[in-house]
Amino acid sequence: MSRRVAITGNEAIAEAMRQINPDVVAAYPITPATEIVQMFANSVSDGKVDTEFVTVESEHSAMSAAIGASAAGARAMTATSSQGLALMWEMLYIAAGLKLPIVAPIVNRALSAPINIHCDHSDTMGARDSGWIQIYSEDAQEAYDNLIQAIRIAEHPDVLLPAMVTMDGFIVSHGMSNAEFLDDDVVRGFIKEYEPKHYLLDVENPITVGALDFSDWYFEHRRQVADAHTRVKDVVLQVAEEFKGISGREYKLFDGYKLDDAEYAIVIVNSAAGTAKTVVDELRAKGLKAGLLKIRLFRPFPQEEIVEALSGKKAIAVLDRADTLSLMGGPLYIDLRAAMYDSPGPRVKMVNYIYGLGGRDINMEQIAGVYNDLVEIVKTGEIKRSVTYLGVRE
Amino acid sequence: MSAAEKGWKDVPMGGLILEAGNAKEYETGDWRTHKPVWDEDKCSHCMICWVFCPDSAILVKDGKMQGIDYKHCKGCGICAHECPRKCIEMVLDTGKDGEAGASE
Ligand code: SF4
Ligand code: SF4
Repeated sequence: MSRRVAITGNEAIAEAMRQINPDVVAAYPITPATEIVQMFANSVSDGKVDTEFVTVESEHSAMSAAIGASAAGARAMTATSSQGLALMWEMLYIAAGLKLPIVAPIVNRALSAPINIHCDHSDTMGARDSGWIQIYSEDAQEAYDNLIQAIRIAEHPDVLLPAMVTMDGFIVSHGMSNAEFLDDDVVRGFIKEYEPKHYLLDVENPITVGALDFSDWYFEHRRQVADAHTRVKDVVLQVAEEFKGISGREYKLFDGYKLDDAEYAIVIVNSAAGTAKTVVDELRAKGLKAGLLKIRLFRPFPQEEIVEALSGKKAIAVLDRADTLSLMGGPLYIDLRAAMYDSPGPRVKMVNYIYGLGGRDINMEQIAGVYNDLVEIVKTGEIKRSVTYLGVRE
Repeated sequence: MSAAEKGWKDVPMGGLILEAGNAKEYETGDWRTHKPVWDEDKCSHCMICWVFCPDSAILVKDGKMQGIDYKHCKGCGICAHECPRKCIEMVLDTGKDGEAGASE
């Protein structure tokens, strides 16, 4: 029987990892992800998992060890945040280029400087071109469910790509919420055994991993990574369908909230989507056709489906908890604008709000203000500012 | 390269090399701009070139130098530099058949 629990995001992730029982976990502590590995280490020392737990001296080594383990044929995991993910940087690209299905929960936290331990999405958004699949989670339940699904997605023979599952630092990682855990045997039956096709410990069939690959073949191998991404969407949906069968919970590429008939839409990821949905409800009660699109799969970007869901809206606001400093807005906004370039019909008005950097709270009045701005834009036909820093002290 | 006609769909994923000991099939000789030309008559078979060649491209049989493996010699010129009898000369490798210095 599944268990209903009051749980923090980190506890939910540590529980998912215990149930996944990976062959190898290599990790280094960093706030706010520390607890995940700390709690998982308890599972290791209590003999609840069979995992080879590698305590490394840095996140660079954590990802390196995970890559080595994965290349050897193991189901390998790690977890980190912020500077830790930044220190993994060069190894992220290697994991993707070698097509190793490592799965890592990432607890979103701002990047220095100035030093800050609280939530924004600069860390994972910065890794968006690394070749990793990125799945964003609104709350502890989603993070738990997404992590279990990510194992199947990453290891799918049509995919074989590393995947990160993100949730918001402190807001979700340390906030207590209600969640439902699946039974251990249900999780293990769902994720199955990892059966790599080529791996270093297969002594009958020796292979070389990570050989020099110059101008004669590098391009072809990077092309393979892009090709694998084209199949991710279908696999995500297949896995979600199966997951619904064991959990009753439904997952898609993104979540529309009162979106179908909405005239004004907000696009957002992670925990602030919860706050925004409450605002949608309030505005709907007042007769405003407000709606919301919460992206779950951000890499690869499900362009066609998102464009279809947003076409015909009167105005869209994209809320980014990260900046690109390109002066063209945050990463979600830039991708959304590029995606919407191909939308049929008249061009939809789009604006960007960068909010919540370094853990700055966003409240319901601010989100209601965004919808008001959209109404104003449609009324006047004029966009005064395409990128707004929302909640910064002027 | 020998498999250059293949596309990205035809090669092992992630740059994996699936056969063991296949480095000798990777013909690095075409990286060369200058090729060593060996004068057998002057050679004393001292094996100094064999010791120094970083690409194991000096062919030896029964303690005697046999020539140079042009499929793998990268043309660094170390053998010519080290040979005490100056019987290896580096010449421009035009890659054209029939000319002195052609690859094969
Ligand atoms: S030129 Fe360099 S690679 Fe070629 S045979 Fe001489 S030492 Fe070896
Ligand atoms: S170093 Fe010169 S003399 Fe000695 S074996 Fe080589 S080519 Fe002959």
